[in-house]
Amino acid sequence: MTDGDQPSGPKPNRLEVQGLKTYFFLDEGILKAVDGIDLTVGDQETIGIIGESGSGKSVMARSLLRLVTRPGEIVKGNVILRRKDGGVIDVLALAPGADQLRRIRGNDIAMVFQEPISAFSPVHTIGAQISEMVALHTDLKKHDVRTYVVDLLRRVGISNPGQRFDEYPHQLSGGMRQRAMIAMALSCRPKIVLADEPTTALDVTIQAQILELMKELQQSEDMSVIYITHDLAVVAETTDRVYVMYLGRVVESTTTERLFANPLHPYTRKLLGSIPHPGRHTHRLEVIEGSVPTPIDPPAQCAFVGRCPSAMPGVCDQAVPALTEIEPGHFVRCYLHSEEREPEDEWTNI
Amino acid sequence: MSGPTSEPDGAAGDRRILEVQGLTKYFDITKGLLRRVVGHVRAVDDVDLYVNAGETLAIVGESGSGKTTLGRMIVRAIEPTRGQIQLRTNGAGGSDWTDLTRLRGDELRATRRHFHMIFQDPYSSLDPRMRVMDIVTEPLIYNKVADGAEARQIARETLRLVGMADRHMQRYPHAFSGGQRQRIGIARSLVCNPKLIVCDEAVSALDVSIQAQILNLLKDLQERLHLSYVFIAHDLAVVEYIAHRVAVMYVGKVVELSETREVFRRPLHPYTEALLSAMPAPEPNRQRARIVLKGEPANPADPPSGCYFHPRCSYATDHCVRETPPLREVTPGRYAACHYAETLELKGMSGAAERQTA
Repeated sequence: MTDGDQPSGPKPNRLEVQGLKTYFFLDEGILKAVDGIDLTVGDQETIGIIGESGSGKSVMARSLLRLVTRPGEIVKGNVILRRKDGGVIDVLALAPGADQLRRIRGNDIAMVFQEPISAFSPVHTIGAQISEMVALHTDLKKHDVRTYVVDLLRRVGISNPGQRFDEYPHQLSGGMRQRAMIAMALSCRPKIVLADEPTTALDVTIQAQILELMKELQQSEDMSVIYITHDLAVVAETTDRVYVMYLGRVVESTTTERLFANPLHPYTRKLLGSIPHPGRHTHRLEVIEGSVPTPIDPPAQCAFVGRCPSAMPGVCDQAVPALTEIEPGHFVRCYLHSEEREPEDEWTNI
Repeated sequence: MSGPTSEPDGAAGDRRILEVQGLTKYFDITKGLLRRVVGHVRAVDDVDLYVNAGETLAIVGESGSGKTTLGRMIVRAIEPTRGQIQLRTNGAGGSDWTDLTRLRGDELRATRRHFHMIFQDPYSSLDPRMRVMDIVTEPLIYNKVADGAEARQIARETLRLVGMADRHMQRYPHAFSGGQRQRIGIARSLVCNPKLIVCDEAVSALDVSIQAQILNLLKDLQERLHLSYVFIAHDLAVVEYIAHRVAVMYVGKVVELSETREVFRRPLHPYTEALLSAMPAPEPNRQRARIVLKGEPANPADPPSGCYFHPRCSYATDHCVRETPPLREVTPGRYAACHYAETLELKGMSGAAERQTA
């Protein structure tokens, strides 16, 4: 487990996201789904990105791989990636159809989706789909590809992999499909795995198997993992560091341990109070009043101000607070902790 | 068999509002042009349970365990293969037991107002072309409880009860967020003043902050209206928060049934232990040896011999392979279907509070 941020180590971070903004240009206005996100991922680190629906976490993940489609557009930011060969590039600077971009997807950064049934094609066998990936990214011979994929299926815990290779997605159970999805993601030995709600659709016992598997593979394959989820319990158990997202921005980030022991942002506090803690016999859950607003042409104020129990009129509704380091490695975006305001740029008032 | 409903007319029986006995649902597996029946999926297999007035009974289990089929049979959305569903329609202590499985047509329709269901998906369970007011008055009219101005008045009061403002009542469902839609769904199920509500994964599709609102609302309503809930869920943390008693299902059978606190503190069935162990907790640095179950739940169309759980159970013996353990009372009020329920020392969630100091 790594401690906190190390922004200026001797080696650059495996992945560094700087000021990422992804907007959707709709008839109703500009939806600022991701509005200035910075994050870092170190070697073998496990990062958690927590957010409710509408927080922009999935759009953020898609932006990293340049998978945003119109009317969405990445308007600003850098995604600095240290590739497997050691070369450092900005993913966002590449041309949309660039060969390099295709080689990054799957090869350097792979994605595991929530719904494996919709991520696989229903008319091709599991084996054929994974083999296609492998053939594209390696120069193995056809026969060797099959051996390689069967071995991969075995490694992710699929029993009878030789037979499963020739089966179609619908023939596998949910847990098996998720394993196959992981096998596909791992097929090119990526150094970064982006897992978007990888276990949300699964039963608890299967979830435990999958999380355990990811942990093992992370060590044996030297991977960094980014979990994107709304499940605080999964985050607590699997990650080293956490970013809490609200309405397109990170509102708090620190080590997982600090976040659960000493949450500073009112949203994080409320969020932690709103889930039942097993074994603690809570009599009443805390409630966050209202629901997440839609970030269409959001006003320049703290996004949480309307639901915040500690909101200060005349302060919180005047400008967007900046994400400031309150204690080493612990960043919070809240006027209760710092008066600093988010600097404006050309995208702030459009 | 000394099942959990063995003494319906005893002293304890007075508080009961629902009794399910031997409830079974086999789905046919057909083959070929003539749809010849070649086997059965034992979705729910001989389930006995009861619910007291003002109580929440949670039914937990993995997908395929039959919990949803059980819930749907209770509200008569699925026809049981056999078994009884006794509902006391005039409240606890009354004597009007009705066997729901015997009712047909108009009789069933006349009884439907006493039980209702809340669904998982607040997006697909409301008719997008009906206004909120009409969605909530519909059950009153259908069940011939009230109509016209009276129905609208009852609906308005119910909607206020679940926290909806008057100005919302003429809108369509699309104007509302998931949490508000679920409130509308709850209002719809409450409007006929039922005794029993079956909540099928009622909060699973909601965001955590909204989930807390709905869970608190369900608790408040239960206190105010003395409602009984059958709460079908897979999230054990939620179940611990809301339920008084828990029934754990595995491949169509209830394998454990006890007070919630007891189940979480010291489970009696190895499957319950594994479920509790697999449950992630929102506490980092928690030291524990997790039991990761191997394989997947048994196929209910072709269950293993003996105890259905034996292929995945680390305590299984030859006895478990040969003989099916019945659900029996292990200690007063605690039921488990395991040959070794008395001797196994299974781990629960105890010590959850102390872990923080570790």
